[in-house]
Amino acid sequence: MTSAMRHKAAPRTGVDWFLFFLRGLLLGLVTVGLGAFVLQQIDPANPVTEWLNPGASRLSWDAAQGLIVSGLSQGAMYGLIALGYSMVYGVLGFINFAHGEVFMVGAMTGMITANKLDHGGLWESNFVLAILIAVAVSVVCSTLTAVVMERVAYRPLRGAPRLIPLITSIGVSFFIQNTSAVLLGPGAKNYPRLPEGLSDRIGIGPLEIEGKKLLVLVVAAASMSALWYLVERTKTGKAMRAVAEDKEIASLMGIDVDRTIVTTFAVGGAMAGVAGILWGILFGSVTEFTGFLPGIKAFSAAVVGGIGNLGGAMAGGLTLGSSESLAPQLILEPLGVTGHTQLKDAVAFLVLIFVLLVRPTGLFGERLSSEDRT
Amino acid sequence: MTSVEHNLQTPELAPARPVLDQDWRRIARFGAIGALALIFISLTDMPDKLDGRMIVEPLLSMGYFSLLWVPFLFGNLVTREVVLEGMVAHRKGVRELLAGALVGLLSSLGLVVLIYLLDTRDLSEPLVNWNSDLHTVLTFGEGNGYGMGFWIAVCVGLGLLGGLFHLLPRLVVQPLKAASIVVLGAVVLESALNDLSEGFGLESLFESLFKKGSDRGGLSVTGALVLAAFGFAWVFVLNAQVAKGKQVFQQAKERNRSATMTVSSVVGVALVLILPMYLGRLTNDLLVNVGLFLLLALGLNIVVGLAGILDLGYVAFFAVGGYTAAILTSPSSPGFSPELSWSVAIIAVVGMAILAGLFIGAPVIRMRGDYLAIVTLGFGEIIRLTVRSDWASGVTGGAQGILNIPNADVFGLFSFKGTDPQQMLYLVAAFCALAIYVSWRLENSRIGRAWMAVREDESVAEAMGINTVNAKLQAFVVGAILASFSGAIFAAKVGSVFEISFKILISIVILVVVIVGGMGRIAGVIAGALVLIGILGGPNQPGLLSEFSEFKLLIYGALLVWMMLQRPEGLIPNVRRSRELHQDEFLQDAWLRKQVDEDEAGGEGEVAPA
Amino acid sequence: MSERLLTIDNLSVTFGGLHALRNLNFHVDRGEIVSVIGPNGAGKTTFFNMISGMVTPTEGDIRFKDQSLIGLDPNQVTARGIARTFQNVRLFANMTILENVMVSQHCRTRQGIFGALFHTRSFKREEEEIRAYGEEVLSFFGSRLVGYRLHQPASVLSYANRRRLEIARAMATRPEVILLDEPVAGMNPKESEELTGLIGKLRDDWGFTIVMIEHDMGVVRDVSDRVVVLDHGETIAQGSYDEVSTNPDVIEAYLGRPAEEAS
Ligand SMILES: Nc1ncnc2c1ncn2[C@@H]1O[C@H](COP(=O)(O)OP(=O)(O)OP(=O)(O)O)[C@@H](O)[C@H]1O
Ligand SMILES: [Mg+2]
Repeated sequence: MTSAMRHKAAPRTGVDWFLFFLRGLLLGLVTVGLGAFVLQQIDPANPVTEWLNPGASRLSWDAAQGLIVSGLSQGAMYGLIALGYSMVYGVLGFINFAHGEVFMVGAMTGMITANKLDHGGLWESNFVLAILIAVAVSVVCSTLTAVVMERVAYRPLRGAPRLIPLITSIGVSFFIQNTSAVLLGPGAKNYPRLPEGLSDRIGIGPLEIEGKKLLVLVVAAASMSALWYLVERTKTGKAMRAVAEDKEIASLMGIDVDRTIVTTFAVGGAMAGVAGILWGILFGSVTEFTGFLPGIKAFSAAVVGGIGNLGGAMAGGLTLGSSESLAPQLILEPLGVTGHTQLKDAVAFLVLIFVLLVRPTGLFGERLSSEDRT
Repeated sequence: MTSVEHNLQTPELAPARPVLDQDWRRIARFGAIGALALIFISLTDMPDKLDGRMIVEPLLSMGYFSLLWVPFLFGNLVTREVVLEGMVAHRKGVRELLAGALVGLLSSLGLVVLIYLLDTRDLSEPLVNWNSDLHTVLTFGEGNGYGMGFWIAVCVGLGLLGGLFHLLPRLVVQPLKAASIVVLGAVVLESALNDLSEGFGLESLFESLFKKGSDRGGLSVTGALVLAAFGFAWVFVLNAQVAKGKQVFQQAKERNRSATMTVSSVVGVALVLILPMYLGRLTNDLLVNVGLFLLLALGLNIVVGLAGILDLGYVAFFAVGGYTAAILTSPSSPGFSPELSWSVAIIAVVGMAILAGLFIGAPVIRMRGDYLAIVTLGFGEIIRLTVRSDWASGVTGGAQGILNIPNADVFGLFSFKGTDPQQMLYLVAAFCALAIYVSWRLENSRIGRAWMAVREDESVAEAMGINTVNAKLQAFVVGAILASFSGAIFAAKVGSVFEISFKILISIVILVVVIVGGMGRIAGVIAGALVLIGILGGPNQPGLLSEFSEFKLLIYGALLVWMMLQRPEGLIPNVRRSRELHQDEFLQDAWLRKQVDEDEAGGEGEVAPA
Repeated sequence: MSERLLTIDNLSVTFGGLHALRNLNFHVDRGEIVSVIGPNGAGKTTFFNMISGMVTPTEGDIRFKDQSLIGLDPNQVTARGIARTFQNVRLFANMTILENVMVSQHCRTRQGIFGALFHTRSFKREEEEIRAYGEEVLSFFGSRLVGYRLHQPASVLSYANRRRLEIARAMATRPEVILLDEPVAGMNPKESEELTGLIGKLRDDWGFTIVMIEHDMGVVRDVSDRVVVLDHGETIAQGSYDEVSTNPDVIEAYLGRPAEEAS
């Protein structure tokens, strides 16, 4: 939003006051929580901690770095999924609610392939080749899912009011979820065991990272760079950016808008497929609901980073991942919230609400065409 | 509307096109989609699982029906043409038959391939339904050749029939449609009809239609024929009678509005009071579920249908109602347990709903519509996760929930027993009536119009003097109150509340009910709740077709997509159907021509000469 | 000397570096018809958006009857008595024609949820009043928008009728000033001639003060008391139509360099 758009300096209506206090309350809780955490770290027996959270102990560096690393690796995964939300929002101006399911399809097909390879023995004998095959299969399947979804469900709705494709995508998401449950059976399905070496810890600077988490971070970084290259340095990317800016003018300039949109979906789908495999490596199992919460969190990450902004999506993912991993320990526990890890998912949504209240255009600014800005 | 239908159909038809003048690509596409659909349906195991429910006892089960509609529908659709103004409509002929048959043939190939693969490959690793049962169902246990031959023959036949439907005159098509609707309707409603017939002592009638003693249900052959005949009769005889009756009612309404309204509402109330006594336990229970969802859907209809706010966390208000009632009435609620009577608690429920509506509404109300959807969804999850957490378990019971919720006692006058569906139905019906009244009155009022304006174009509504923030908050709060009623009744009915009863899934199912029913239309929402929740069932509640429970969510998803694609304007209520739109344009053109003539004749003096 | 209604004082707005409007000064007295003209992108619609509270100016002041409008929400501006139409006709397409003019009386009415639920006497009276007033403003345009039309959705109207309904909707807010954004755009000569007459009537018979953006010079000449010319956000001329239309700056803004003017 530009400076001249209406923005209110001081609260005037009841709603404004409420929001003002809500922002204050959230900020206050965060500050007090962090303050209490610092006190607890200095001396767990200080009176404030005794009062807020009796029986507290210091958070060890070992535990803390565990949280940071898992936050970052999960965040990287959110970031990869968020790219798909962000690109589609940038180009078509709607939330593809079903994008989480594309990610789930990636994790599912990755699981199927990995298990087949495990039966064949390749998983054990040549893990690198096996995982590459699994990545290839899940990327192909996710991409196909995304492309078919666009063709069947969204293309006929081009130009419809914004909420209509959104509702459609909710239906698509529901459909894919339940298709998986009915065809593949409901419940959790496991990936084969990872090779021993991947659970070892590798020291990088002050951090000691489990091999598989490092793998996740590396793969995410590589995919992100590939995407960056595609969008910023190739003709296809230029077309995508042009279509995101203004579809009509882009088509006047000779860009095939439909094809560019399909490409956008395909690229987003491929990223989600990669994320799906990463999920399998990190958590080892997948259910038909795997796409739901991570999907919504990834969308939150896209908003937090500024929708339409690809770097922002990745940064938003890392922000969200590390806050949901750290905030329970750093803020909730010192405040005396029992069972704080149960509120991990709630933290992710609170971050989203907080960012939208404080900075609706995201931390790094959104990039949208003018018609999508309102 | 009928007159326009005539208008559109009377123009001369061009002669039928040559048989081979086909749109081959379209045929290939429809055939391929048909084949994929058949494979998909088979792999969901519908043919096998639904084989236990018969339509006509020895002849046709729902399992096979789940496959048979595909070649028929695609065979019909492949030659369907939308004739717009200025386009030539061709007479239908053999060309349509051929196309239908080809589509049928192509679709059947899907099953042929599937039968072959089922026999030779083992894909049961990822596909759980890949087993010999499916093979047996598809081949009738008679071997591959028999099965493949059967499906090719039947699919070609049905595709042909689909094409034939274009050729038949309306006079034939309508009774056929009516007959199949009556037959299928009777089958779907079988258990409810059974209940009803027992209540009214009409068992003999029921037994004469339905196959007795069959554990798979279904009509007897004669029963099916009788019902089909009834369908025919409906079109030829009863339709006219009903139309006449409607007209009489309309006239009466015009003559004396208030009297007619009073009479019809008295009749309605009497029906609601009497009917539950004659319905069996099962049907009553089903209707209670329908009522609970109807209450939710009416509330969401105000929020989404009237004010255009897509609230995906709507279930939060259901939870607020359920938990508030549970905490206040149950003797075993942890922490705070005043053990109030339900009727007193309901006042607190309204209060909490208003607070929750404002609390969730205020932060999201200025957001873009789609952000709002996700953020409300987030709020719904936050509330559920908080309720479940150990942190809040001192009040909400955490994962253990709250048990021992007493009956819904209303000021000591009545007590509605949660375990007695008949009593619950009275309670739910009363609240639904209230919700319908509220929706109807608000829709036609200053605030209702403001909601619609906000839905149509928020910034223009603002510029026309509407405080959109207030209007949207009011919609949020009214919707929240209706949902909380549903929650409070739900708590009393089930006798316990757990966090798992309030998953996001419920929000989505309510949304499907509202959209399929027709957003913004009260009658549509009622129909949507009856059809979807009554027949397919809610997320955790079985419907009439309990065999479908495994597939209902899949069907909900497909329905939602299909509705949006076929009628995207379904989002916006009171839209005249396209035909009526055409009619308006005709009228307008005629009127404009008249106006121009008039202006030319004498209107000149009105405008000051330039 | 008639009352001063609108005072625009040194008004400027920038959109991220683009000066959409710069140092605009002028005023509108009660009962005037003032036209704002200028080439495409001159900032005319932006000017209306600022008066109606949809865009906040970066500098300057807008006063209506000596009270500043800066910082008010659009609905508050409308409640004070300034109504507008939109250049790209924005009706409530799925509401009926009658509902369109009833809903825009929102800020003149008070009934809330209670009245609607119990159909109190005051609720019924108010409904009756706004319906009657709605029909009255609709019949300002002859028989086009009344009769069987009242209960049709606005989306069925022809283009010219949509423009008329927009004006009716603005009238229904019971304003003192109406801002018309290109009221005759897209109308045929006959229709625009008729509407020109009606704009005069809006002032003479209904007592509205009118500020109008218009590209059609015939219309501007026929109804305007005064004309303001904008170009690239700057005011290049003000005065009567005759003064303005002979102003060389204006001619240049419209036609380009004088050399081309000769042709
Ligand atoms: N919200 C906005 N953000 C950025 N730029 C804007 C915005 N609104 C208007 N502009 C720019 O301000 C300038 C003035 O636009 P405006 O719509 O006021 O022109 P106009 O005089 O009404 O033109 P026309 O005769 O074509 O209607 C244009 O360059 C436009 O692109
Ligand atoms: Mg303009």
